[in-house]
Amino acid sequence: MTVEVRLFSALREGRFRNKTLAVEPPASPADLLRQLAIPRQDVAITLVNGRFVTADAALAEGDVVALFPAIGGG
Amino acid sequence: MIVKGGYCGRLLRIDLTSRRITTEAIEAATARKFIGGRGLASHYLAREVDPAVDPLSPANKLLLATGPLTGSGAPAPGRFMAVTKGPLTGAIASSNCGGYWGPELKFAGYDMVIVEGKAPGPVWVSIRRQDVAIHDAAGLWGKLVGQTTDALLAEFGDPKARVLCIGPAGEAQGMLACIMCDRYRAAGRSGVGAVMGSKNLKAVVVRGSGRVEPARDEQAADVLKAVRRKIKDNAVTGQTLPTYGTAALVNVINECGIYPTRNFQSGYFPRADGASGEALAEKYLTGKDICFRCQIACGRYCRADDVEGGGPEYETVWAYSADCGVGDLAAVIKANHWCNEYGLDTIGAGATIACAMELFENGHIPPAEVDGPPLRFGSTEAIVEWTRKMGAGEGFGARLALGSYRLAEMYGHPELSMTVKRQELPAYDPRGAQGHGLEYATSNRGGCHVRGYLISAEVLGIPEKLDPLTTADKAVWVKAFQDLTAAIDSLGVCLFTSFALRADDYRDLFNAFVGEDWTTGQLLTAGERIWNLERSFNLRAGISPAQDTLPPRLLKEPLTEGGPAGHVHRLADMLPEYYALRGWGADGVPTEAKLAELALV
Repeated sequence: MTVEVRLFSALREGRFRNKTLAVEPPASPADLLRQLAIPRQDVAITLVNGRFVTADAALAEGDVVALFPAIGGG
Repeated sequence: MIVKGGYCGRLLRIDLTSRRITTEAIEAATARKFIGGRGLASHYLAREVDPAVDPLSPANKLLLATGPLTGSGAPAPGRFMAVTKGPLTGAIASSNCGGYWGPELKFAGYDMVIVEGKAPGPVWVSIRRQDVAIHDAAGLWGKLVGQTTDALLAEFGDPKARVLCIGPAGEAQGMLACIMCDRYRAAGRSGVGAVMGSKNLKAVVVRGSGRVEPARDEQAADVLKAVRRKIKDNAVTGQTLPTYGTAALVNVINECGIYPTRNFQSGYFPRADGASGEALAEKYLTGKDICFRCQIACGRYCRADDVEGGGPEYETVWAYSADCGVGDLAAVIKANHWCNEYGLDTIGAGATIACAMELFENGHIPPAEVDGPPLRFGSTEAIVEWTRKMGAGEGFGARLALGSYRLAEMYGHPELSMTVKRQELPAYDPRGAQGHGLEYATSNRGGCHVRGYLISAEVLGIPEKLDPLTTADKAVWVKAFQDLTAAIDSLGVCLFTSFALRADDYRDLFNAFVGEDWTTGQLLTAGERIWNLERSFNLRAGISPAQDTLPPRLLKEPLTEGGPAGHVHRLADMLPEYYALRGWGADGVPTEAKLAELALV
């Protein structure tokens, strides 16, 4: 299946902003991180279609996965 | 001078009517009871000013208050608070500011300055330790903040002095006028600049020497080692904030669907990434504007075309981009520049323009009255030029300078003003962050995010991740955030340390620097005491608990996209529990028992 991956902030460095990826189902955000060689501890916030999920959530065809490092501000 | 134990133990009182300048001791027990800064100044305000006073009358007072950690070796120790009765809201105003002015006041030997009365003509005040004087400022009146700062450093005669001043917006006593210091830092909200302008006070310039030392050197050394490491190792304070600044929030707030767009008509802005912290770092960042001894260094210094200066912050970027439907970051930087120069709150200014855009596009403002660029969402020209006209009080700009509530009311549609207690709501849609919405409704200074920043838990996962769309237990969290924040604000360190530190760390800093043996519970109780003091002041000022609410749009019109699709803000599910947890009656009034428990009677 294909999913769209959006990277933000420091995760973009040396990588990309948005990419459509082919993944073998069943797949989770943790699987995407392995595929993209992003260390798990570098990701603090994962959204799938705008909703907060954990790393082991089940992805579906066409999902938009947004990945963020630790963010703060005010 | 060496300030041992955090407190100078002295305040400076300046009566601009009589030109009398005096100093007074601050009783140590009182200082500790209210910690300092926000708490101590609120105590003095409540004691000395009738809460029913007209905020722009000479009977109001302006307090500029540091905390015991301001100017010390504690992390991010640059903060002070401008406390007064706010003209925008009619409630207590307590506006936090960074930079260098606060520490310099401590080095000059004062914990706090109280400004009273009104000068017969424009004046500025110089503070050089015990040498304090009032000077004529007729030649400065009308000058922008940058020009004022340059002129005063020259007249004061010391380039290392620190300048706090108002711009033309404060001189005109505008509702959105802020107090600026060190050129680019702002005590932004609630119209505190207007109070300064109403007293004919253009600036306060301070120069001191010395340092702030802990009461217990060894204990402090241990604590500092630990907290500095936590701040360095934490990804937010050690990496994200230094690299991207607060605008790092743009994309995460947008992607989870709570980035208020076009005056809170939606929660997702398709062009957010082009006007984000990432884009700022890539295209416009030329340096940093770092506060006193701060290792977090989140402050930005940006350049767009021929405009450069401090900022823009996340809230500024939001107010001028998504809220106004504008995707051009260069225009945001230029609007921010006018706010810095005229002395305007960027949140209030941008959000008021957004409200005006909705009023205009719906035909509620006759085009003939708009003597400038049409107020249309997406107009880069409008956000820049209307900010300038607002600051200068030109034409329709003078109406914008009233703030969105009075503007919308004037044109028959106050429901289109996204405010609480007449103060503009900041950059997070509460329909997708239920706890944060409770903070908006209950914050003592009106629509405010920082006093109980539930976004930290509901979105960022700090200190732990809460579901933003549920209401259960949110009242507990909001009270906890509000009480701890009151304590942190009163200590005089920057709230951003709380992305890395916990309540125990602030207890340890307080104990080591002040020479106390408080439990964390005592620190949080002091915060709760300050919260209730502010609430009591507001009630006596005529702010009714009925104003603990949100604009109708947020209570009744659901968001339609993304994570929070279908949600409204469910304030009624949380407010009664919040009142009960606070020990208030169902009417939202602190009980005598609660006030007695907090030693506030």
